[in-house]
Amino acid sequence: MGEDKVAVMIPRELYEKIVEKIAGTSFTSVEEYLVLLLENEFPEETEYSAEEEALIRERLKKLGYIE
Amino acid sequence: MERLTAPDCVEKASEEASELTALQVSEEIRLDFENIAFGLYSPLAGPLNQDDYLTVLAKGRLVDDLPWTIPILLDLTEAEASGFGVGDRVALACEGESFAVLDVEEEYGWDRKLHCERVYKTSDPAHPGVAKTHEMRPVLVGGCVEVFNPSPGKYPKYRLKPRETRFLFREKGWRTVAGFQTRNAPHLGHEYVQKTALSFVDGLFINPLIGKKKSGDFTDEVILETYEAAFKHYFLRNSATMVTLEMEMRYAGPREAIHHAIVRKNYGCSHFIVGRDHAGVGNYYGPFEAQEIFEDYPDLGITPIFFRNFFHCKRCGGPQNDKICPHGAEDHVNYSGTKMRSLLLEGKRPDETMMRPEVVDVILRHKEPFNP
Repeated sequence: MGEDKVAVMIPRELYEKIVEKIAGTSFTSVEEYLVLLLENEFPEETEYSAEEEALIRERLKKLGYIE
Repeated sequence: MERLTAPDCVEKASEEASELTALQVSEEIRLDFENIAFGLYSPLAGPLNQDDYLTVLAKGRLVDDLPWTIPILLDLTEAEASGFGVGDRVALACEGESFAVLDVEEEYGWDRKLHCERVYKTSDPAHPGVAKTHEMRPVLVGGCVEVFNPSPGKYPKYRLKPRETRFLFREKGWRTVAGFQTRNAPHLGHEYVQKTALSFVDGLFINPLIGKKKSGDFTDEVILETYEAAFKHYFLRNSATMVTLEMEMRYAGPREAIHHAIVRKNYGCSHFIVGRDHAGVGNYYGPFEAQEIFEDYPDLGITPIFFRNFFHCKRCGGPQNDKICPHGAEDHVNYSGTKMRSLLLEGKRPDETMMRPEVVDVILRHKEPFNP
């Protein structure tokens, strides 16, 4: 396991339910499924440079989307 | 992922394009490529290569297994395709105006019948998507596109890129946003669905589809103006916003519902409202097929909100749906778009239980509120 990953324990019963749930889907592992669920819970924030933020804010104001 | 030329490189890109072989493309293809460039079709970087195309047909996914259901293609005649080769860079132009460059990765042939059966679930030429497919040219070209001259759009005021909508949602403090696709002026059934969704998300993102539509559909101007009227009179300030989506309707039912959800996810929506017969036409798809297909896409990254049948219930005295109303069909009045259109065409006002008077006023102010 690489340094950018950590192990998390989950109850075996839950693990087996997930195995059953992802059978026949595009998920290749329980880990992949859980990572997706958690990514949906903590979506990546879009990052903006200060210059881009200023430009977008100005445009949205001009168009009446924000005040 | 954006595929737009940086502002300080536009002049150079334009000069470079003027020296390349130029391919003329349709307005619909230009819109598709602009949508790629804006990040609306992320993760696509250009028209599909053959492996991705065939996997999309077979599985509704790209080769890397990411959900993708509607093939985005560049079709050419054999004569056009013979003017360049794999590895070349070509310029793309629409109505004589150069707008993008394409790095060609593949040229390949395709099977229209297979395409129609997979995408539209029919090969009936009466289906508008099938008819369009049969007009397409025999060579497909895959590659990476970069747009240096995007069109301002039909309604520049309402055309935002995903980076802008995501910023907007953040500014408004909306952590959860429900996307609503529309091709209609709002009636009370729509408002009921939108407000039901709004009761458990932070914001509503009305996203009218601008582009070629069926004869008899409301014109784009009417859709935009009626929603402005609905927002003004019937929505809390700061609870809803509207941005146009310039994209062709394919009428591919369930597959298109997934495509629409992906686009809304790219705008930054957390939820997407899917109604009865979403993106359907005629009787080609079951009434809830466009909802059922979401079971095959648990990894979509956007949560669908399904609505089944909704109607005005005379006994309940308002909009209801078949999950919550105990009364029988004799008390139910459907929000029939066809019926409302017929009345409006005669200059008559639909009942206030069907359509808001302020919305009707806007429609009746237009001499021709429907597409010819």
